Amino acid sequence: MLGLNKKDSTLLLIVAAMVLLAPFILNPFPADSAMAQFNAGYPDLMQRFVIFGIFAIGFNILFGLTGYLSFGHAAFLGVGSYSAVWMFKLLSMNVIPAILLAVLVSGVFALVIGFVSLRRTGIYFSILTLAFAQMSFNLAYSVLTPITNGETGLQLTLDDPRILGVSATADGGIPVTSLFGMEMRSTFTLDAGAWLFQFNTGYYFCGAVLLLAFYLAIRIFRSPFGLMLRAIKSNRTRMNYTGLNTKPYALAAFVISGMYAGLAGGLMASMDPLAGAERMQWTASGEVVLMTILGGAGTLIGPVLGAGFIKYFENIFSKINEGVLHQWFAFLPDGMENGVVWVVEHFVGPGWHLTLGLLFMLVVTFLPGGLVEGGQRIARLFRRKSTEPQDGATQSHPAE
Amino acid sequence: MDAIILQILNGLDKGSAYALIALGLTLIFGTLGVVNFAHGALFMIGAFCAVTLNKLFSLSFETVDPTRTDFLGNPLKVKTPYLVDWFGPEVGASLIDWAVPLSILFSIPIMIGIGFAMERGLIKHFYKRPHADQILVTFGLAIVMQELIKHYYGANPIQTPAPDAFRGSLDFGVLLGFDPNVIIYPYWRLVYFAFAAVIIGGVFAFLQFTTFGMVVRAGMADRETVGLLGINIDKRFTIMFGLAAAVAGLAGVMYAPINSPNYHMGMDFLVLSFVVVVVGGMGSLPGAVAAGFLLGVLESFASMNQIKSLLPGIDQIIIYVVAIVILLTRPRGLMGRKGVMED
Repeated sequence: MLGLNKKDSTLLLIVAAMVLLAPFILNPFPADSAMAQFNAGYPDLMQRFVIFGIFAIGFNILFGLTGYLSFGHAAFLGVGSYSAVWMFKLLSMNVIPAILLAVLVSGVFALVIGFVSLRRTGIYFSILTLAFAQMSFNLAYSVLTPITNGETGLQLTLDDPRILGVSATADGGIPVTSLFGMEMRSTFTLDAGAWLFQFNTGYYFCGAVLLLAFYLAIRIFRSPFGLMLRAIKSNRTRMNYTGLNTKPYALAAFVISGMYAGLAGGLMASMDPLAGAERMQWTASGEVVLMTILGGAGTLIGPVLGAGFIKYFENIFSKINEGVLHQWFAFLPDGMENGVVWVVEHFVGPGWHLTLGLLFMLVVTFLPGGLVEGGQRIARLFRRKSTEPQDGATQSHPAE
Repeated sequence: MDAIILQILNGLDKGSAYALIALGLTLIFGTLGVVNFAHGALFMIGAFCAVTLNKLFSLSFETVDPTRTDFLGNPLKVKTPYLVDWFGPEVGASLIDWAVPLSILFSIPIMIGIGFAMERGLIKHFYKRPHADQILVTFGLAIVMQELIKHYYGANPIQTPAPDAFRGSLDFGVLLGFDPNVIIYPYWRLVYFAFAAVIIGGVFAFLQFTTFGMVVRAGMADRETVGLLGINIDKRFTIMFGLAAAVAGLAGVMYAPINSPNYHMGMDFLVLSFVVVVVGGMGSLPGAVAAGFLLGVLESFASMNQIKSLLPGIDQIIIYVVAIVILLTRPRGLMGRKGVMED
């Protein structure tokens, strides 16, 4: 299908089904039950899943395929957000031109930064990208205030020109982002018994873009170009000895992943038309690295899983507070309950970052392949168990 | 002229902090070959050692003084620190006053302990792994340390005053024959600079003039051969890790009065210190120190008003610009050795 082999088509179809049915899948608990706080099926969070999924897919094209660890990818996301908001301010509230400009501008940025940074490899490359990103962040906060609106962040106002649109709606409000008249924020709510499902236009738009981005990523992974990138990762020197200049390939990968980041930034601005410099800070760059590693760098589905995982737990864990914990552990004897709650509350609510840090250390130490590798190991475990009775007790497994 | 001297002085204290952190980073990198992203967190923990001792010393109990009343007419509650109660008003008060310098003694065993635990518990398993993995796992560790500190000390900066004797400023210009009040420099920053110089000198002397240091240098040059000679180089490298952690911690302790410690100060310094290490040359100790001071001074020059009006925003980006230029023109940094981190 679409030039993909059977396995990849299945993967794409699974992702498509998940994106399409996410409002159902992520909303397994009735709206007013005690478990409702674990529901993730509301538009804002679903949009974030998809947008950060795109960001991580793009990052993975660079890190997973070529092995270049960029610590400054958030800069492209920020640039994308700023350009998209400017498009909303100047041209119209249609999201298509905004996203196109975001991708274009971040691509140009990535070309410049990549051209310079890729002259070095290893940790030097990481430091160079970090330096560029911090530079952009500092500039956005200080000197570039006319463009970025400094600490306040870039927002829409009533006196923006919006050549192809209107400066203000009939009732004097700021117009909302839309796709040819379909408002991004409009949500269709479905009441099904105790359940409440929300279908948001913006989410489905992002979802469509995610599928496109995912499809492109599969094509890149399976193409000769992708093979070349993998060759760079496994041995760059040897590639050079064969008379091949690796730099254009690495630069192409860098620009592509920068454009993915810009796309994510543009989408972020399309869902909520404001942009701030903190999106470019190096902690934001660190976050996308976390997502990719956690999911599984170099795999197709890993980054999406990692992004979803981190964003889900970030939202859900930070909502859990002491009261909720006491409710959960009420079955324990009182003294023990207080003890358990005291321990657990370090890891939830505001302590969520602690959990994230620990999780991250554990994953890097014991599961370098991330969630995908974990899943494969579990699958292998089950397969072994089910085959054991048939072939007898001892069985040799092919070396991996 | 006076403006130039003032900026150089201003750059020195920040430069000292960069140099101390970069020195520790380079020690770890040169000995163990590990890129330690948690080094900024060690600096932060050092600063919080000072905060902790300051708080411990000021622990006090309340007594009611029936002879005096507060503004509502109730008997006045007087807080007396335990130390004052135990050692008498003079010794107790001066102990509290000198909490920050005293925490140097308090922090050294703590930092060395943390360093050992880190190396034996975590870093040891990452010698053979790629640098990317080392960066990532220490990054995770840094987040954990940062969050633990945030949990116990809160997110706001905590003021930690320097001793009274160092609270004023020195009119440095008078010493050099300028008019009074032209070059004013706080005493504590001078102390910080002197302290940094002593520590840096101490580390270099330790490496240069002791047998232990000689073995460590030999191990940095060729680990395998030193191991074949029957020397337990791993043990010595672990000790060096503890030492590097202690250097970062001390830098943090003394920095607490200059900038009130908060939980993310380590990360802020770490990014810059990495730039410093790379500019100085990966694996070169003198390079790290020189680049630390150089970038600190450059940063303070860039924040001069005359320069800012010429190149707006330069103060925000000068360090990164310098780093980019140096990395592209001198790939090994200012004093980098051949064959270190070149792939």
